[in-house]
Amino acid sequence: MAEKPKVATTSMAGCFGCHMSILDIDERILKLIDLVDFDKSPIDDIKEFTGRCAVGLLEGGCCNDENVKTLKDFREHCDILIAVGDCATMGGIPALRNNMSVKECLDEAYSTDNRKGPAVHNPDNIIPNDPELPLLLDKVYPVQHVVKIDYFLPGCPAPADTIWQSLVALLTDEPVELPYELIKYD
Amino acid sequence: MSFGGPEVCHTKQERLTMSESLQSAIKEICEVVGNDRTQMMEIVEQVQDRFGCVSSEAMDLIAQQMNCHRVEVMSVVSFYSFLSEKPKGTVVIRLCNDVIDLMKGANHAADAFRDELGIEFGETTPDGKITLEWTPCIGMSDQAPAALINDEVVTYLGSDGARNIARQLKEGTAPSKLVGRLGDGNNANDLVKSMVHNNIRNAGPVVFAEGIVKGDGLKKALAMSPREVINDVKNSRLRGRGGAGFPTGMKWDFTRQADGDKKYIFCNADEGEPGTFKDRVILTEKPDLMFEGMTIGGYAIGADEGILYLRGEYAYLRAFLDDVLANRRDAGLLGKNICGKGFDFDIRIVMGAGAYICGEETALLSSAEGMRGDPKNRPPFPAQKGYRDCPTAVNNVETFCKVTRILEKGPGWFSEIGSEGSAGTKLLSISGDCHKPGVYEVPFGIKLREVMDLCGAEDVQAVQIGGPSGRLVGKDSMDDQICYDHLATGGSLMVFSRKRNLLKKVLNFMEFFEEESCGYCTPCRVGNVLLRKKIEAIVNGEGEPADLEYLQTLGETVKTCSRCGLGQTSPNPVLTSLESFRDVYEAALKPALKDGSQPEFDIRAALRPAEAIAGRASSHFAE
Ligand SMILES: Cc1cc2nc3c(=O)[nH]c(=O)nc-3n(C[C@H](O)[C@H](O)[C@H](O)COP(=O)(O)O)c2cc1C
Ligand code: SF4
Ligand code: SF4
Ligand code: FES
Repeated sequence: MAEKPKVATTSMAGCFGCHMSILDIDERILKLIDLVDFDKSPIDDIKEFTGRCAVGLLEGGCCNDENVKTLKDFREHCDILIAVGDCATMGGIPALRNNMSVKECLDEAYSTDNRKGPAVHNPDNIIPNDPELPLLLDKVYPVQHVVKIDYFLPGCPAPADTIWQSLVALLTDEPVELPYELIKYD
Repeated sequence: MSFGGPEVCHTKQERLTMSESLQSAIKEICEVVGNDRTQMMEIVEQVQDRFGCVSSEAMDLIAQQMNCHRVEVMSVVSFYSFLSEKPKGTVVIRLCNDVIDLMKGANHAADAFRDELGIEFGETTPDGKITLEWTPCIGMSDQAPAALINDEVVTYLGSDGARNIARQLKEGTAPSKLVGRLGDGNNANDLVKSMVHNNIRNAGPVVFAEGIVKGDGLKKALAMSPREVINDVKNSRLRGRGGAGFPTGMKWDFTRQADGDKKYIFCNADEGEPGTFKDRVILTEKPDLMFEGMTIGGYAIGADEGILYLRGEYAYLRAFLDDVLANRRDAGLLGKNICGKGFDFDIRIVMGAGAYICGEETALLSSAEGMRGDPKNRPPFPAQKGYRDCPTAVNNVETFCKVTRILEKGPGWFSEIGSEGSAGTKLLSISGDCHKPGVYEVPFGIKLREVMDLCGAEDVQAVQIGGPSGRLVGKDSMDDQICYDHLATGGSLMVFSRKRNLLKKVLNFMEFFEEESCGYCTPCRVGNVLLRKKIEAIVNGEGEPADLEYLQTLGETVKTCSRCGLGQTSPNPVLTSLESFRDVYEAALKPALKDGSQPEFDIRAALRPAEAIAGRASSHFAE
């Protein structure tokens, strides 16, 4: 049997909700595994690309340098990139910080001086700065602002059936069928 | 009226007296207009005028006095660029930054202002005296660079001129003293006293003809029945001169036939389309023709009230126009029992406050009703339900002048001028790279080439016809006619010579639309920003071949999905330049990046703030 095409997935500035939605295709995941192999993905916990992939599914936009690195890596290794969910296509919830400066965001999150939240106990006002920690970007960017994206599946999360239909259509080279229920968002 | 305001006060005592005087002033201002909610514009403009801003406190007081919600006041104050919640200087300098002014060196004047005043655009001097702002076209493109100093217009503003003005203002000279040599014609009238020039280069047989007798057209109209008047206008084949070109007679017929006892005539003197200034010249030199046309219109549709909606930028003409109205009343051409024929009709002036969208007729009506200048849903059309829900006919300044002449000289006389599909003459406002910028009254059907010869334009690369919302055309269109069916225009013609960067002009136009979108509907509010960003990227050398397709599709989406004429035409600079000057775009593009990156994304700039805070460089993207 010919080698199966490979699919990679990643969650960047997202909540993992879109990955839950991928899993939400229920038992069809078994069919999916007949169709494809998973490469780099939190689903199988493969951390680095092992080779060329047919499709990359992207959850979340870019909020830090590591996201940008991951995204560029995906562009390099995948033939087709699909932005999955509103965070990837528009920035989504994380992009709510876009009209504040990075400094304000960090202060808001960590400074006890602000006495904003009960969860912050940080008497020395330390802003975490381990070299291992990614650096924030000035704002959250939707993925297509950073690299070229081939397809967009909106929704928060993109519905499981929408992801399924699109993926199968793409892998089987058939026209995609997205009935109204799968692309209405109210 | 002036749009500046006095100094802000500081001590507690002063603040107390101020708030008392604010309260009594607001009470008085509101009472003068009978606490009429639809006069909100007048009220806030007066408060702005007297106190330099409409402060949060003032908004509360107005709301109390008018018995309305605070948000109704606030939505008006936040909408118009001449109104502000924060205090502005006693003097506000508004320098035009439209393409023509930039071509003529507005940036030199800008630098001189910055340097002499020590502030940036959008700022006020620390003593609270002078505010510096940019503004879109103020209708002086034939004498650019131009600026408004409160209500006063200064033209041909070079670097020395700007410096001089700034110095004098700092010394406390009143803006009215800054006016240099007075302009020609009525610009030198005691009630105008402006340095503006008419620059009438070509006087045609209709509007700028010699020897027109005040009242002749009106008397002839009043000797006929309203239906006969409308028939004359129909037979003249007159179409609107404000841009859309709707047959005037038909509009009036609809308004006449609409249900309702009370009807209104509106004259649209918002003249906001960049590069258009012919209405300003009519207002200065032929206001009687215009007012008479409104009166005839009132008679024809059955209205007893007419309103001239005058753009805030033309406030310097207000006193003069009020005086023209008073003279017409004295001559029995306005007021009760006009010309002894038992027809009652009067005209008042409503001021705009710096918003292009208010030229759109339904937004204009919203504004005149004392609200934000939001366009209304159509249908119902203004002819059915317009001002205060009454049937209303809105026409352009020039259209009314034509009506007066048609009634005076007969519809046949008029329809014989011009071309087959477009009767009569058209006033063109020509600016840019030509020897004789100014106003030209030409017959419809004239070829673009002939117009270029008339205005002394050599080495033409492109002409923007009908302002930013119109079309950018090149050499291929030189033999096309100016008329409703070919090169349609509300009057604006901007000429660009071969040395101009056309993409920068497109960018400037898109910045204009982005700023002037009322924000009501998403395709226009968001789409224009996306279009502008992409053009900006291309201008900055970050464009790639796929961008042209993107611009085309996005532009078409904005056009088809927008709610009013602004969004339905705002992609035109992009779409028409793509059509006529695709090669210019292609020359500016780079091949797509091999790694699939977006060229506009600048990772270094995006990381700068966080690197500064963390005190370390990104490990993934080293400098
Ligand atoms: C965004 C926008 C701005 C407009 N600005 C003006 C204007 O400044 N003056 C004008 O006469 N018409 C303007 N119009 C056209 C008016 O909506 C309306 O069609 C016109 O005043 C009707 O008069 P007319 O039939 O005599 O041309 C504008 C339209 C749009 C969509
Ligand atoms: S789109 Fe919604 S579900 Fe998906 S990552 Fe964003 S927030 Fe989570
Ligand atoms: S098209 Fe633009 S200007 Fe017109 S209603 Fe929509 S947002 Fe407002
Ligand atoms: S006055 Fe500046 S472009 Fe018209």
